[in-house]
Amino acid sequence: MEHKEEVLERIEAKGVSRRDFVKYCTLVTSVLGLAPSMVPRVAEAMAAKQRPTAIWLHFAECTGCSEALLRTTYPWIDEVVLEVLNVAYHETIMAPSGEAAEKSLHDAMTQYKGKYILICEGGIPMKDGGVYGKVGGKTMLDIAKAATKDALATICVGNCACSGGVQAAKPNPTGAVSVEKATGVKTININGCPPNPINIIATVVHYLLLGKLPALDDKGRPLFAYGMNIHDNCPRRAHYEAGNFVKKFGDEGAMKGWCLAEVGCKGPNTFNNCPQVMFNDGTNWPIGAGHPCIGCSEPNFWDEQSPFYQPI
Amino acid sequence: MAKYTIDPITRIEGHLRIDVEIEGGKVTNAWSSAQLFRGLELILQGRDPRDAPHITQRACGVCTEVHALASTRAIDDALKAYPPALGRLTRNLVHGAQFIHDHVTHFYALHALDFVDVVSALKADPKKTAALAESLGDYPKSGSADFKAVQERLKTFVESGQLGPFANGYWGHPDYRLPPEANLMATAHYLEWLRLQVKAARMMALFGAKNPHVQTYVAGGVSCVQDILSVDRLAEFLYYLKEMQAFIDNVYLPDLLAVASFYKDWGAKNIGGCTNFLAYGNFPQNSGAYSSEKMFLPGGVIAKRDLAKVMAVDPGKITEEVKRAWYSDGPALHPSKGETKFIKPDYNYEGKYSYFKAPRYDGMAVEVGPLAQVLVAYGKGHAQTKAMVDAVLKHLSIPAAALFSTLGRAAARCIETKVIADTMAGWVMEVIEEVKKGNLATAAEWKWPGEAMGAGLIDVPRGALGHWIHIDAKNKIQNYQLVVPSTWNLGPRDTKGQLGPVEEALVGTPVADPKRPLEIIRTVHSFDPCIACGVHVIDPQTNQVHKIKVL
Repeated sequence: MEHKEEVLERIEAKGVSRRDFVKYCTLVTSVLGLAPSMVPRVAEAMAAKQRPTAIWLHFAECTGCSEALLRTTYPWIDEVVLEVLNVAYHETIMAPSGEAAEKSLHDAMTQYKGKYILICEGGIPMKDGGVYGKVGGKTMLDIAKAATKDALATICVGNCACSGGVQAAKPNPTGAVSVEKATGVKTININGCPPNPINIIATVVHYLLLGKLPALDDKGRPLFAYGMNIHDNCPRRAHYEAGNFVKKFGDEGAMKGWCLAEVGCKGPNTFNNCPQVMFNDGTNWPIGAGHPCIGCSEPNFWDEQSPFYQPI
Repeated sequence: MAKYTIDPITRIEGHLRIDVEIEGGKVTNAWSSAQLFRGLELILQGRDPRDAPHITQRACGVCTEVHALASTRAIDDALKAYPPALGRLTRNLVHGAQFIHDHVTHFYALHALDFVDVVSALKADPKKTAALAESLGDYPKSGSADFKAVQERLKTFVESGQLGPFANGYWGHPDYRLPPEANLMATAHYLEWLRLQVKAARMMALFGAKNPHVQTYVAGGVSCVQDILSVDRLAEFLYYLKEMQAFIDNVYLPDLLAVASFYKDWGAKNIGGCTNFLAYGNFPQNSGAYSSEKMFLPGGVIAKRDLAKVMAVDPGKITEEVKRAWYSDGPALHPSKGETKFIKPDYNYEGKYSYFKAPRYDGMAVEVGPLAQVLVAYGKGHAQTKAMVDAVLKHLSIPAAALFSTLGRAAARCIETKVIADTMAGWVMEVIEEVKKGNLATAAEWKWPGEAMGAGLIDVPRGALGHWIHIDAKNKIQNYQLVVPSTWNLGPRDTKGQLGPVEEALVGTPVADPKRPLEIIRTVHSFDPCIACGVHVIDPQTNQVHKIKVL
């Protein structure tokens, strides 16, 4: 590792012993499914003087996850882009188009090979060689394969990248799948449609500051957010237990905030931290707005949690 | 002739490729191509109709909410479950907030860099910048220390050598015309809006559960009865609305006017202008059947830029053609017996070249969006719109004809935002009046009607949006169609070879340097493209939108 001494000195100045630091790097490396030989590269990336580089790729998506991220307030999105990360490629906000944009991607992947954090939004169409989704003349499939190969880590944001998304719902006309399925790379999955930006930020910042990933569940989702069942944490749970159910939207029970089980709530099937953190800085969340949960953080929820208004 | 391909077009939603021919420093031909196909209408078939708003909302997360609204309206229509007053008003409030969020974000995050040279901002004099800002509006954080702080932040950022989203931009391009102070001011405003848009989104979440992707529209109304009956929530909404209005009046509008003042030639020469316009109307003012709705913003059709003659909209005149799109050929005007299938995207300039179909109104390619909405409203004498348009024209000393241009489109977006924002407080008061009268119903009762059809036609930030649903006797979706604003605007040629609106708009655009196509993306961005929204299949039963019964 280049500048090894310099890096380790800086880490120590931050209060992390050299031994712990190497342990962290090893842990991160193994969690990410990387080979042990990657440990030095992980260490280097995390100790870099410059801002860590993120490449954000859009595949078969609606850009809702990018929009969700824009709602972050800690840090603010301008802080993320100007001070926290080097967002080297993001089609929604970047200045150049066409060849100049392709240059940005190429340069970032070359200059930061093995060191960039790849963030993926969108599913990968696979049918007929992946031709149903292209960027700059290349299939999303080819782009995903190349980008995941040289990434330090791949974080999937949203149900589409994590599990295929809305386009993968029956009959999945374009053969859309998750990034993990398309590339074979193990991804960290911030699921949701879209996910709460708090969970995206928390995962990335956790990784950058502490040098380790949060614990993940069997679906690659951080347990701090997805380890909790909505139903178990729902403020309306007492109504469920007492048998107070909304029968029709706007009825007396709805005015009293009764349980939404009978209008189709999928809370019992869903793992996410919505009841605790809610959305838009704690403003509201679906059940709070009197609407059943549709299970949007669960893989294949479009098929498995629907019809959305039919009780479980 | 050499063709130039720009792919990806960035600072839009979705995956768009633009090709142009350039001769004598001007665009002489253009092709607009959607590069992603997902197939939402195929996915909708056979499902519970009430799931459609959730599925279709995922057409787009930038124009979030809008599809949920149009879809729910189509279902309301089919079920004859029309929202009571509180349901209608709640939807108007959430939809209005979406306009504020979407339009202002578009100007700063998606369009501004086509006018604003961020690198030039580094050379600005913060004192002069403050004087400029003060001359244009009254807004906090507009002192020389504030602009100096922004400049320092930018300097630190640039000096890091990691230029992120600003790398490889067209900085120094000859068609950046703003002086350094205007560039610094606009950049500071961009950063300010990046924080303020969080509050515009909260406005939607107050009643809509969350943003992106609201979750409260239900057949016949809304679910958020507790929220809309909460005085706290209503007050919070008004509080945020005031902040939005302060920004629109003192920052967005002045910035728009400042930018426009440097590009008057684009208006005078109608660079980026289209010919025909369509708006469905917006924000129902009365409850009841959609066929008898009065809209706050009127619908209408304008042909050949004739503002004196605004025609009524007849949805029966809408067709979609696939001759130049990646779908198996079929006639546009007659019901198709066979299945219309999407095909592989083999790009052919003379043949098929896009996943967008070509919607046409009465055979015309029509522009939809803020400019269409504003022109229709202006032509019909809508008081608030007319006042704003006249004020803008007077301020810039330009004729109404200048509106048919890229800059006119940008100006209309701002005008529409202000007209909507300025009327929303009144809707909150209407909610209070309804509550006082004891009209607390938020969702209409309904029963499955057996086989039924419905349509939801409404203007949304990018323009005229239509959802059509056909429910079968088993209460499942038999067919579903969306005809979406960006399909109208960014669709390809039709069977007759008529260019789609963005293609028409691009012809005649001056291009100083084909390798740095700033002028081209400036016009493309003015349409606020949403490509994910715009791609969909024709339903297998019939190619024809107008055959689905609309009320």
